[in-house]
Amino acid sequence: MNPGGLDYNYEDWTTIMNMTAKTSVLNLTQEEFIYPGNRACSGCGLSILYRIGLKALGRDCIFVVPPSCLTVMQGLFPIAATQMPVLNCTFASTAAIATGVRAAMKRLGRDTQVVAWAGDGGTSDIGIQALSGALERVEDIIYICYDNEAYMNTGVQRSGTTPQGTLTTTTPLSGKAEASKNIPAIIAAHNPAYLATCSASYPLDFHDKLLKAKEIKGLKYLHIQTPCPPGWGCEERMTVEIGRTAVETGLFDLYEIEDGQMKLSGPSQKLLGKTSLRPVREYLEMQVRFKALSDEQINVMQAEIDQKWAGYRDTF
Amino acid sequence: MSDAIIESGNVAAAMAVQLARAEVIAAYPITPQTPVTEKLSELITSGEMDAEYVAVESEHSAMAVCIGAASAGVRPFTATSSNGLLYMSEQLHWAAGARLPIVMCVVNRGIGAPWSVWNDHQDAISQRDAGWIQIFAKDHQEIVDSTLKAFRLAELTHIPVMVNYDGYYLSHTYMPFETPEPEQVDAFLPTFEYKHALNPERPESLNTVTLPDARRDVKSIQRGGYMDLRHNLHEEMRLAIKVWQEIDQEFQKVCGRGGAPIIDPYRCDDADFVVVAMGSLANQFRDVVDRLRDDGLKVGVLALQIYRPFPNSIIAEALQSAKHVMVYEKGLSYGYQGALYGDIKSALYPYPSRPCLHNFIVGLGGRGIPTESLFQTVKTACVQDEQMSPAQADEPRWIGLQL
Repeated sequence: MNPGGLDYNYEDWTTIMNMTAKTSVLNLTQEEFIYPGNRACSGCGLSILYRIGLKALGRDCIFVVPPSCLTVMQGLFPIAATQMPVLNCTFASTAAIATGVRAAMKRLGRDTQVVAWAGDGGTSDIGIQALSGALERVEDIIYICYDNEAYMNTGVQRSGTTPQGTLTTTTPLSGKAEASKNIPAIIAAHNPAYLATCSASYPLDFHDKLLKAKEIKGLKYLHIQTPCPPGWGCEERMTVEIGRTAVETGLFDLYEIEDGQMKLSGPSQKLLGKTSLRPVREYLEMQVRFKALSDEQINVMQAEIDQKWAGYRDTF
Repeated sequence: MSDAIIESGNVAAAMAVQLARAEVIAAYPITPQTPVTEKLSELITSGEMDAEYVAVESEHSAMAVCIGAASAGVRPFTATSSNGLLYMSEQLHWAAGARLPIVMCVVNRGIGAPWSVWNDHQDAISQRDAGWIQIFAKDHQEIVDSTLKAFRLAELTHIPVMVNYDGYYLSHTYMPFETPEPEQVDAFLPTFEYKHALNPERPESLNTVTLPDARRDVKSIQRGGYMDLRHNLHEEMRLAIKVWQEIDQEFQKVCGRGGAPIIDPYRCDDADFVVVAMGSLANQFRDVVDRLRDDGLKVGVLALQIYRPFPNSIIAEALQSAKHVMVYEKGLSYGYQGALYGDIKSALYPYPSRPCLHNFIVGLGGRGIPTESLFQTVKTACVQDEQMSPAQADEPRWIGLQL
């Protein structure tokens, strides 16, 4: 709660956070960690996540960022939009650079949280080797993958997480032939300390998962579906709506894995009580990138979602 | 000063790194570097060395960990060889561009394909233009001393330093060497400090996208663009030659060894014929020189101790009285000549005396370099090459081919 519009400082706010089960707009800190006027596109899902995510992480953090939209958003030399210390690094090395920073913090006796923040290409393709190594070594870092499902910063080329049938500049006309990689499943196979999926359309869910991650030792992995209007082919005002529709149709699920146990969280958990979900077609028709999908492909997709949720209802 | 130790070159390197109090060691195994990191992991596990050992999953990540640690203000170390060095090539450029004081030992080995685990210098030569300082050690003692001095050099210039030593010839042979006392090293090498160390209390964004032109910051102070930063790296690397000389003098005061940080001439004073070489090959040539002197030929050998920054004026001046200069090297720029040869040739161009130059390629992929064949090729060059045209002499000659 924020009675009388009091602006809590970080310590007070952390205390409040620990007392409240869920963050709401009423108790979310008013402190900002990024300056207005950055280089994100209008309607950018990442900018929502970054602004709200930093409120959860607080100031005692060091960020490690490979080439991505975030590199640009954080500012071009000698001006920074972010107020955080940031180490920009080569594309393939995010988790290894974070390992080095963490090792230094250990030597210096500092608890500073090291946060690697990469895109889907930087995580699922070129960065997966370093990430797998960091997972195996149980590095004490938070790794955030904002998944906008293609190489958006270079102009919408297909990535490992681009869904089947998606139009990108390297999968033109008929869309991507191959299915996407299930990156959270690959991460889960490493038994991380904490794994969560999030959506840019539910930033407070992301916020609270970060608060939880901060308290856990070991590698914490957060995978966030992040709508991107220029890459997905939609109006800027549709960012939040599209992300919500991905969740409400049961296509993208929000869950956490702790001690090897998966449980649905937040909005996805609420869907368990429903006998039928919104059809996935609603999600697909909001975006130009899915225009190449045939009715048959959409039916297959729907059947897969239905089967997945039948399984969830049996399990949870 | 401790008593002489008889150990391998790799253990000598590890002992220097321990004395330098490196705090984050990241490494990936590759022959013939592996015993360096095995030794360091043993020292750390046994508690003899206080550092973090990070067993990374690749050389690219080994350098990444060093970049992360150095950027956060902690002294790192890694070592590699051959394809491992090439795999971290992107990170080498990054470390230099980021002006990080990182030290790495490169245990020189030929590059695949085809696979070779044996010694040559092509790994280091291929990374010549990465923005790293490159030192070449000739023996076990120089591995120890150069590694210690390299930390000081990197941290004074904010330029990463590669200490090269020959795979097997130095890495796996056992030779006597001395190590300084820890207090001596502590007096010589102050605690690591990185001016722009990542710190939430003083946030900075490092290695951000930098535009072609200079740009004003929020306080309206003009900050250089990409090209200006590169210019500064180059200029400060040129100055590193002088800094390396000063460090050598400081080290000499503390440990009593040194005096030849840039070039190490042997019987060159009155020499008409001067051999130039890097690494253990230069020491091997001392025997050759002694024998040729016995035969009445005025021959000397000049060891080049630092390859980048290239000490062009020092080496050119040292060669002013020579009539013939024979450059022997274990690497080349394919399609042209030996890389060192080309550099020496261009260094001599502005000087009044331009001796006749000869280029010999030896020992690639560990091809044996019998001292006898060095003796014969130098002798032949001294006696017969007077008749060679400059164009003929300028072509690299391959020694010991078995075609």
